[in-house]
Amino acid sequence: MADFLMPALGADMETGKVVQWLVTPGSRVKPGDIVAVVETHKGAIDVEIFLEGVIDELAPLGTELRIGEVLARVRSSSAAASPSPSPSTEPSPARSSSLPPSPSPAPSPAPTRSPLPLPATAAKASPAARRRARELGIDPGQLAGTGVAGAVTLADVDAAAASAAHAAAQTPRPRGFDALQMRQAIGAAMSRSKREIPHYYLASIVDFGAAAAWLESVNRDCGAEEQLLPAALLLAAAARALAQTPQLNGFHVDGAFRPGAGVHVGWAIALRGGGLVAPAIHDADRKTPAQLMAALRDLVQRARTGGLRSSELSDPTATVTSLGERGAESVLGVIYPPQVAMVGFGRVVERPWVVDHHIVPRPLVQVSLAADHRASDGHLGGLLLAAIDQSLQSPERLGPRSTA
Amino acid sequence: MNSQDIRAMAARVLAGIAPEADLAAVADDADLREALDLDSMDFLNFMVGLQQASGVKIRDEDAPRLRTLAGLVAYFG
Repeated sequence: MADFLMPALGADMETGKVVQWLVTPGSRVKPGDIVAVVETHKGAIDVEIFLEGVIDELAPLGTELRIGEVLARVRSSSAAASPSPSPSTEPSPARSSSLPPSPSPAPSPAPTRSPLPLPATAAKASPAARRRARELGIDPGQLAGTGVAGAVTLADVDAAAASAAHAAAQTPRPRGFDALQMRQAIGAAMSRSKREIPHYYLASIVDFGAAAAWLESVNRDCGAEEQLLPAALLLAAAARALAQTPQLNGFHVDGAFRPGAGVHVGWAIALRGGGLVAPAIHDADRKTPAQLMAALRDLVQRARTGGLRSSELSDPTATVTSLGERGAESVLGVIYPPQVAMVGFGRVVERPWVVDHHIVPRPLVQVSLAADHRASDGHLGGLLLAAIDQSLQSPERLGPRSTA
Repeated sequence: MNSQDIRAMAARVLAGIAPEADLAAVADDADLREALDLDSMDFLNFMVGLQQASGVKIRDEDAPRLRTLAGLVAYFG
């Protein structure tokens, strides 16, 4: 039996509330399956599980759970299913090592025997009804019992489950976020960043001429859905630069730097109505500009309408923000803890520039780095900015990174 | 398509991108990106939506002509 815990969906999250289960007791799950919709200040998040087995118990809907509290219990797959040893059948140390490392300083893992946060047993209910309610994640205290002295019976629980399933099918999943709550969460995370992280800042002006010409050539005669925006190139260049300077790609946790496993770039997305999320684009350094463009469009859409996945919120190893064509000319970011770097791109502007001893109009972009002095120094940060510049001078080479 | 149809199409597409946007309050010659606070990605999605709704392939070089309501009416009319 393994516990599936409330994941840390970023440094600014404390609690989450399950608003929908997409599995029931008995459901077979494998790592990566979306099992629940959890409501946070970032809106409704699709939560993926990283255990393999059969769902045994679920936390009741509507319960506010802290990070690390038990969401569900999972029975590991039966030994008969596969002769090969499964990590989840080993004792608990191995089990916890099978969980993905959490980048956030999450509370220490919940004790293995920690009970599901089931409601108090004040409600009168038959043992069978109580057991069934536990299985279904229903609070018997919320039901109107039809049994002796108003006790909740098995039939009451089944009826409630059926009507809940019906309601879940009828009502669209919750979307959107609470603007006030999000503002408070951003404030808390950024206060922590400014309090704890000794930021240093670097900036360069990069000639965007080659990149703009390349974009124009690849976009020519394309339909709107195939267009590449400058953002795709900026992201590609930043991701490759982060791969080349691994000391800027990872987390400062427990007094030490821990490099990220892969370059999972958090892409800052402004939400209409205020607020900000920076979900991960996984392995961004290995994706082509076209693949990154598709990922960006998908991510922006889901950030605004709901449906971000838990791994996208917990995995970013560094953040990139691009202000876009209507943004300011430069940005000096605030690092999202426990990350150690934030790359910023201002708006591309046409300005006089010297090329071969001549002053010519060129599209330029200001690139900045905010980095954690506990993890690196300005020399390394300068290398990252230089690598971004170099990539943008040869955009045709921003194909998949060579594995050689 | 007449002007009414084109405006209705633009409003339908925008509803999926900027639900709170009120196209009726936007002047014919106002830049939609500024009037409705659309960023580059929003505007691209607007183009994609218009392309799907109209069946007309919108090329990159056409996009600047579609930044105003008047431009949309001239382009699709």
